Amino acid sequence: MTLLDVAGLTIRTGGRDLVSGVSFSVEPGGRLGLIGESGSGKSLTALAVLGLLPPGMTASGAVVLDAPGAGRTDVLGAGERRLNRVRGRAVSAVFQEPLTALDPLMRVGRQVAEPLRRRRGLRGRALRAAVLAALEEVRLADPERVARAYPHEISGGQRQRVAIAMALACDPALLVADEPTTALDVTVQADVLALLDGLVAGRGMALLFISHDLAVVARVTERVVVLRDGRAVESGSVGEVVRAPRHPYTQDLVASARHLDRALDWRTP
Amino acid sequence: MTGPVLEAREVRFAYGRSAPVLDDVSVAVTPGRNLALVGESGAGKTTLLRLLLGLARPTGGAIRYDGRDLAPRDRALMREFRRGVQTVFQDPYSSLDPRQRVSGIVSEPLRSLGLLDGVPRDVARARVAEALRAVGLPEDAAGRYPHEFSGGQRQRIAIARAIACGPRVLLADEPVSALDVSTRVRIVDLLAELRETRGLTVVMVSHDLAVVAALCQEVAVLERGRIVESGETAQVLGSPRHPYTRRLVDSVPRLP
Amino acid sequence: MTAPLIGEAEAAAPPARRRVPRSVTLLTGCVLAGLVVAVAVVSLFWLPYAPDDTSGDRLMPPGLPHLLGTDKLGRDLLTQLMIGARVALEAGAGSVLIGGVAGLAGGLVAGFATRWMDDALSAFLDILIAFPTVLLAMLVTAARDASLGSAIIAIGLAMSAIVARLARVLVKRVLAQDYITASRTSGTSWPRIVVTHVLPNIWPTLSVNLALQFGLAVLAEASLSYLGLGTPPPNASWGRMLQEAQASVFIAPAGVIAPGVLLVVLVVGVNLIADGVRDVADPTRRRTR
Repeated sequence: MTLLDVAGLTIRTGGRDLVSGVSFSVEPGGRLGLIGESGSGKSLTALAVLGLLPPGMTASGAVVLDAPGAGRTDVLGAGERRLNRVRGRAVSAVFQEPLTALDPLMRVGRQVAEPLRRRRGLRGRALRAAVLAALEEVRLADPERVARAYPHEISGGQRQRVAIAMALACDPALLVADEPTTALDVTVQADVLALLDGLVAGRGMALLFISHDLAVVARVTERVVVLRDGRAVESGSVGEVVRAPRHPYTQDLVASARHLDRALDWRTP
Repeated sequence: MTGPVLEAREVRFAYGRSAPVLDDVSVAVTPGRNLALVGESGAGKTTLLRLLLGLARPTGGAIRYDGRDLAPRDRALMREFRRGVQTVFQDPYSSLDPRQRVSGIVSEPLRSLGLLDGVPRDVARARVAEALRAVGLPEDAAGRYPHEFSGGQRQRIAIARAIACGPRVLLADEPVSALDVSTRVRIVDLLAELRETRGLTVVMVSHDLAVVAALCQEVAVLERGRIVESGETAQVLGSPRHPYTRRLVDSVPRLP
Repeated sequence: MTAPLIGEAEAAAPPARRRVPRSVTLLTGCVLAGLVVAVAVVSLFWLPYAPDDTSGDRLMPPGLPHLLGTDKLGRDLLTQLMIGARVALEAGAGSVLIGGVAGLAGGLVAGFATRWMDDALSAFLDILIAFPTVLLAMLVTAARDASLGSAIIAIGLAMSAIVARLARVLVKRVLAQDYITASRTSGTSWPRIVVTHVLPNIWPTLSVNLALQFGLAVLAEASLSYLGLGTPPPNASWGRMLQEAQASVFIAPAGVIAPGVLLVVLVVGVNLIADGVRDVADPTRRRTR
């Protein structure tokens, strides 16, 4: 069984193809990385999977989400009501900038409570306990304090953890993470990647991870699809692609990353 | 052994009466040795860079250029300093005036420093062309506008502007972090090359240790407004002594 | 650097072609506004009747000898309309000149101001904006006289506060850009930064707003004239014509339609010119096809 099946996805606007004929699939519990530079169409692909393409863009091909309990959904053809049922339960997302993902005027606790209340029907004390549990699960040091805080009162890393807690609140079968650590400091990035890694493994959740950074993608996924100018130029296991890239573009990309990476080799003479 | 060309001596900086952003910070830029200022957001790297650029004055301590304390009143010294210390920014979109042609952008420091006074037009044009050539841009770029260029090319234009007046030090705030990986490598190579060919010393603020290691001979690690460790890059990043530096080095994601 | 710049070169746009950019918007705007300007220019040399000639019958329909008919006092409508064109242009241009220059100056000062100076200036501008134009006009009229000049001064002053508030925001936005910092690190003086970077970058937005203000100024003059605070008779303004003809709109519609149409033509024309000029002047909007 396939959880997410993207076949021949083409996204076009104003007569121009931004994504053309991209195909990939994710098994339940599987982890796939989409890698590409700016303008490669990786973020648009992520939005298409979520049924969140901006107006003015048309998508063709197929994006089929088949999550246990949520039924089979043709994301591109589904109406907004159907998509709203799918989002949260079958699929949810974490984006690059956690500050824009959170409502600046609402306390963090209430924002985390929202999906729990709506989807799981929790109220009162049960809801409160669930919120704290959710914040604890993303290893926030002082969940009570964070729940009372407004988004601007906590750090970028903490905000991203809150965003992850919200995305995971309804136990989605697939988590889409679009450059979730790009805006974070290196040490915070390492912590958040470790957290994501652990959570996804612990819940048997599938992960679609989008990034421009080969090393980051390699840290959390098993397979990768390399996108360039809206086309998938290469796909395979992370090890294969990083060690023996076949497509010239991937070779160039890996060589560049390797070049910088090698500068960090102190210990090996 | 020559003395430092640019130096921050026991510098302190605070807004009003709030806790200092920088406290007792000393760094020295030795000619020919690129220096990286490393640390997390809020550590004070960018503030230190602004002080070194003379855009803000330290609340305590001094910034020294060529062994002399910077003083805004000393016009001759400030002119020399402005000519000797130039800058490149992180965002190649915000750093170029969208309504000026590349020729105008690159020649601005020359004009502002009075280096084009009484210079015939074709000589001025030749200096712009020379700067563009040095950063690997075609000569016809001069007549075009910034929006016609990609991010990497824009960063090259910004570097051309910075080197046009022949500075000794280039202060760069995350100069490659907004660029794609392959472009990043090329800009790092370009900066390394400018050190060889023009004796340009780069002082770079960066959170990307790989870029730091590839470009800089020296590193100063900042944590919460203080320098916790500094020295040779290979020494500091290869066998870090301070726990914070160690954590920083261990956090860098590596290729398998 | 001998290696080919792969990746960088690809993302770049093709080189712009040097040629005078054509803009349909600009052309249309020039035609519309030009029409009104032409009428105003003609009125300086020739009028069908004297402005205070009330010899015609009252409320005559369009025809001969009065092409557009007459108003309720028997004055020729075409004559009034032609004079009105001149008054409208003077009111618009005069107010925009005063409001634009004063507003831009105020906006620059406020844009450069920091902390309490900025707060104080912003508060002052807000008060000025809240101050009714009519009250301002009455004060100016009391100090001077009831004339087109007084109306223009009052409208210009009111406008300057709005322009200043916009300019302040635009200036602050430009000053936050890295190219300003780059310019400062080269020792460029502030006046020079204003001329080479700030003004060219705030002008596109500001000019469109000034065009809008031009239209509003014409309308404001009309309402001030109605209150006796603007152009005194026998010189006609379109606004007063509109208001005077209101009562007889069903008997003599030409009295409302004629000034109304010209007012719309002028306002739309000026706005199109502003849009067109912005498109032509902005290198990033220039079409190269």
